Amino acid sequence: MIRRLFPHPYLSALLVVIWMLLVNRFTWGSLVFAVILGTVIPLLTEPYWPDRARLRHPGKIVFYVLLVLHDIIKANVQVALIVLFKPNRKLQPAWITIPLDLHTPEAITVLAGTITLTPGTVSADLSQNGHALLVHCLHAPEPEAVIDEIKTRYEARLKEIFE
Amino acid sequence: MEQIGEILISALLVLGGLFGLVGSYGLVKLPDQMTRLHAPTKAATLGVGGVLIASLMWFAFFGEAPSWHELLITLFLFLTAPITGMMISKANMHLTWEPDELPHCGPDMQWATYGDSAERSLMDGETSQDQRDHRE
Repeated sequence: MIRRLFPHPYLSALLVVIWMLLVNRFTWGSLVFAVILGTVIPLLTEPYWPDRARLRHPGKIVFYVLLVLHDIIKANVQVALIVLFKPNRKLQPAWITIPLDLHTPEAITVLAGTITLTPGTVSADLSQNGHALLVHCLHAPEPEAVIDEIKTRYEARLKEIFE
Repeated sequence: MEQIGEILISALLVLGGLFGLVGSYGLVKLPDQMTRLHAPTKAATLGVGGVLIASLMWFAFFGEAPSWHELLITLFLFLTAPITGMMISKANMHLTWEPDELPHCGPDMQWATYGDSAERSLMDGETSQDQRDHRE
């Protein structure tokens, strides 16, 4: 019964929080409306997202978010320095393939987003059956090191969270 | 106290502006489309981020009540920036790259941009069955 009413409990919780932040001032009326939205929207969108996303260790998300925020700031400074001070002819852009150990679509989506937001890499494409990610590096003299870092720093942690 | 707030807020505004400027300069300076993509997806994130944190602090110091909209803007920015980057690079792959210029993609046949996976998954649902097996 509860499963039928809340097909995606995390999505419901997120919708409630986002509506309350949008309203910007706490009133009980808007909380009631937020709960209504958090129930109705997942029910309406359920046909498009039939499988329930499972989180094995939700607590580790906080640490992951902090790690990514830290890396985003580092990435910004690095990319800014490359843009400002490295002449174009010394730049070594490269395409790399990252073989994936993750299987759930949600985990792969988070990994691809993280790669785009962090140091000098943009995720460009997924292979046909979802077993590899195509990534473009702004400046990668050693592509192997980049693959290693992404796999140990992000993918291993996401695997703990999702699978 | 107010003085400290003002100094912090102006420092954040200047920092955010600087990163925004560097991001846009990168668009002009970098050599091709794929490398140009890097400047706005990163440098601009911190540029906008700095301005948003400054706004958050202004409301905390001088406004009537703290404002939470900036947090939401940050969240939506982090959700949309990777998707924009991916769509632009996919368009780029269609326009200027040949499949054999890109690295091989391991066990699968082809990168999704060049493949027929979209048609196939609509036709017989093979891919989704595959994913469901992994999920079990």
